[in-house]
Amino acid sequence: MTNHWIDYKNSDVFLAFGANPAENHPLSMKWIERARTEKGAKLIVVDPRVTRTAAVADVYAPLRPGTNIAFIGAIINYALQNNLYHEEYVASYTNASYLINPEYSFEDGIFSGAGDGGERQVVYDRSTWSYQRDNDGNIIKDPTMSDPRCVLQLMKKHYERYDFAAVSSITGCPADKLEEVAKLYCSTAQRGKAGNVLYAMGVTQFTHGSQNVRVLACLQLLLGNMGIPGGGVNAQRGQANVQGSTDMAMLYHLIPGYMAPPQAGAHPTLADYNEKETPKSGYWSNKPKFFVSLLKAWYGDNAHSGNDFAYDYLPKLDGEDHSHIASYRNMKEGKIKGMISWADNPAVAGPSASSHRKDMEKLDWLLSIDIFESETPAFWKAPGVDPTKIKTEVFVFPASAPFEREGSVSNSGRWIQWRYEAKKPPGDARSDLWIVDKLFKAIRDEYSNDPDSFADPIMKLTWDYGEEPDAEKVALEINGRYTDSGQLVENFTKLADDGSTACGNWIYSGYYNNLSNPGCKKRVKEKSGIGTHADWSFAWPLNRRIIYNRCSADPQGNAWNPDIPLMWWDGESWQRNDVPDFNANVPPADTADKPFIMLPELQARLFSNTISDGPFPEHYEPAESPVKNAFSSRAQFNPVARVWYKDHLAPVGDENYPYVMSTYRVTEHWQSGAVTRNVPWLNELMPELFIEMSPTLAKELGVKNGDKVAVSSYRKHEITAVACVTPRIKPLLVHGKLREIVGMPFHWGYQGLSRGAVVNDISPAIGDANTGIPEYKAFLCNVRKV
Amino acid sequence: MLKSKLIDTTKCMGCRGCQVACKQWNGLPAEESTFTGHYENPVRYSANTWTRIVFREHENKDTGDVKWLFSKQGCMHCTEAACEKVCPAGAISHTDSGAVTIDRKKCIGCNYCVASCTFNVMAFNQKENVPQKCTLCDDRQHAGLTPACAKACPTGAIKFGDRPELAAYAHHRVSALLSEGKKDAHIYGLNELEGMGVFYILADKPEAYSLPAKPQVSLSAHIWNAVFRPLRVLVVLGIGFALWNNKVESEKIKPD
Repeated sequence: MTNHWIDYKNSDVFLAFGANPAENHPLSMKWIERARTEKGAKLIVVDPRVTRTAAVADVYAPLRPGTNIAFIGAIINYALQNNLYHEEYVASYTNASYLINPEYSFEDGIFSGAGDGGERQVVYDRSTWSYQRDNDGNIIKDPTMSDPRCVLQLMKKHYERYDFAAVSSITGCPADKLEEVAKLYCSTAQRGKAGNVLYAMGVTQFTHGSQNVRVLACLQLLLGNMGIPGGGVNAQRGQANVQGSTDMAMLYHLIPGYMAPPQAGAHPTLADYNEKETPKSGYWSNKPKFFVSLLKAWYGDNAHSGNDFAYDYLPKLDGEDHSHIASYRNMKEGKIKGMISWADNPAVAGPSASSHRKDMEKLDWLLSIDIFESETPAFWKAPGVDPTKIKTEVFVFPASAPFEREGSVSNSGRWIQWRYEAKKPPGDARSDLWIVDKLFKAIRDEYSNDPDSFADPIMKLTWDYGEEPDAEKVALEINGRYTDSGQLVENFTKLADDGSTACGNWIYSGYYNNLSNPGCKKRVKEKSGIGTHADWSFAWPLNRRIIYNRCSADPQGNAWNPDIPLMWWDGESWQRNDVPDFNANVPPADTADKPFIMLPELQARLFSNTISDGPFPEHYEPAESPVKNAFSSRAQFNPVARVWYKDHLAPVGDENYPYVMSTYRVTEHWQSGAVTRNVPWLNELMPELFIEMSPTLAKELGVKNGDKVAVSSYRKHEITAVACVTPRIKPLLVHGKLREIVGMPFHWGYQGLSRGAVVNDISPAIGDANTGIPEYKAFLCNVRKV
Repeated sequence: MLKSKLIDTTKCMGCRGCQVACKQWNGLPAEESTFTGHYENPVRYSANTWTRIVFREHENKDTGDVKWLFSKQGCMHCTEAACEKVCPAGAISHTDSGAVTIDRKKCIGCNYCVASCTFNVMAFNQKENVPQKCTLCDDRQHAGLTPACAKACPTGAIKFGDRPELAAYAHHRVSALLSEGKKDAHIYGLNELEGMGVFYILADKPEAYSLPAKPQVSLSAHIWNAVFRPLRVLVVLGIGFALWNNKVESEKIKPD
């Protein structure tokens, strides 16, 4: 999140888009309700179904799954065509005025620079997606934002196709409803108003998921909603610590603190990495300090200027695809021999999950670390599987539940909060830290017994958390120290690239910078103020609660909303309700065009060349769709999407699979259900897998509420579920024809106290162009009565 | 001081944290249930299910708009409580805070209270031969805590406090809802049955939530109370009637 949960109380209009806060983040509704009760805020919900959030919304708008960009594009078009965007904000704080390379073009769904993509339809050479520069290298701008080659005009041109009639035909949302949403949400462009976009996996889990997020960011920038109280693009993350796991880089394409992992080809040396990964301007120009400090944290005295700070010890990416779906393909091809599945249940949660389970049969060994024996370690017990044919050796380590271990968790608002062990884990169960500590020590022992192996990267690693590992010692390493004195660094502004500091994750630095009262253990509620609660936990970075907060004031330094001031210039100095995200030692004029310090150009990107799909988000159909892409004859679905199994996708409009399926979660269960399906009280509330369908579809199929039905997809799997016939899900008028939509929660599997079919057995293994996240939210299926 | 629970349905999002909190605090085991075509579960009250979120869908046939209403229901702790009136053993009474409470020692297990309940929210524990229902978390109240459901509610849809204060808040809240254009917003249960320990802010007619428009103590309960109860010799006869009547009543408590 750019903002945080409690800041929701400052919003005027909420746009819950691809999110279902009442069901999946119930506590967020506390703050949404507060804003509605205390300041008359409005809640808009856009969703294929009337969810429990939609049930309490002020405005509900339906859309066909997978048409998010078309929907938001319509709001952008409405704002641009009717001058409803926040002009002063856009002019000062974004790249709207920048002139773009004359070679840049967009035609029939394809951007300039398209080349053959191998597994993808297209890979772009992004060189034309660039700014015009003068002879000194300065970006050429048109402050009036009227030049046809400036970003704002190109954007206006790009989205002029997204009128309400066209978008209604694509999304199935009635045009008058689109207009109602657009009008209400664009009201937040007024000075002093705040619009809050909250999203979750209804935005990300598409072949164009990254662009779905970007289009929301563009909308928020146009309406002046970034960096202000009550505004922002707010990703509602999962569980207690999904934010923390991303921060700590539990993803193959990151290392801690959102830095790129070194690549064998591009970065053979530390100098190469620093040269190629470090922008010349903006705060990321400090990256070498963060990176070298990370190497020092990992390798201690074994990392020094004489050996490139042990850079060679780091594993390097080999240029191959190691995302989730690709890893299972590698498993299938015998390239992966063993797997540690830690608090993960891909046998239920993975796309085309039955294929995942089949791929696991190729493993020599599988270790699952969880609090229950989930479907993954029990993949050999799945229905229809012959265990005698499977040679994989399976281990299960009993882990502890969240409240049975000490350490920090990071919530969606980036607040890092320390927790204590509430009770001991039962039996042989142990904390994750205990398990990883023992695992590493055992591996190190193995290497020490084998002098011929390349043991240095393991043997020389710093690992000093005690005989029984102490979470606080890990926290101190993450916070960072001066290497000579061992003193804790105050925060990341003290980090250096000469080996004098060590820091395990620069963005967290400062959260544990003293032993007596570290930020993450603070629990002081704000008595008066705007809900910042600066002394309650520590928010990365630097305890900043709302990032990009220079934008909370106008270029002259006046708070856009004086009732909820975040940063304001009193004529002599900056006053604050937060930690400034800009140089607050200089007058407003000096920072009026530099509010986004993480970007080299210091202004936000309405036009961006850092995403592989294109500079502007463009509507493409999901990989499986009942209709052709109305906006392009050349690109049916995202042309840069990752396609691993081309023959696994239903053709457009496949009559054998006429219904659009979207999968989701309910309040009562969590993700693959590995934990919640073992809680009888939750099973009582949601006892069985069900499929929601409209009364019209039920009638067509001869299905009554509560009947058993079979659901199948092009992947040739069929699953059974109970029909939930409800007017809350309706066929939508798409390209002039009513299209039925069905929806299923994906929480069930063949283990636990409540069992049911694995919905992901029928979902496609296809992924977003940038992240590889699977398209769980929109694919084709058939339903029949059984 | 009379205490109450105020259930503001306009803030309820049907998460059912209250249902789980009730079971957890009171040590009530889960029911074996099935998915019967809608989210509501368990589908009826029992000795182990004292509160339920009732889910009701209403489609406007002209516009196609769908209302999905959630309301937390359970014992209303009526001041004029049918269960208390009919109890031949005097086992049902009101606590100082207004909660309707069952004295298990006095209870003779006749089941007539269950059969007479205005809202059909009581249930009988066959094993222990006593009726069971929401206690308004009397035990928590004595420890200075709010009822478990109110504590668990994320949005403040369940409030607990002194009845006059809650009533004032409810009037204020309804005015605000009316001024927002929610023209059907009203208070339910503050005056009905001489005031209920659980009252509501509703945004629609009571029937839309499957609540009786005019809750009343049934005629048979009145007659029983006025005529027969004083004649304790007839208790045995009463038990017979109650058991028969309960069978009839429990047939009626099917969900919509």
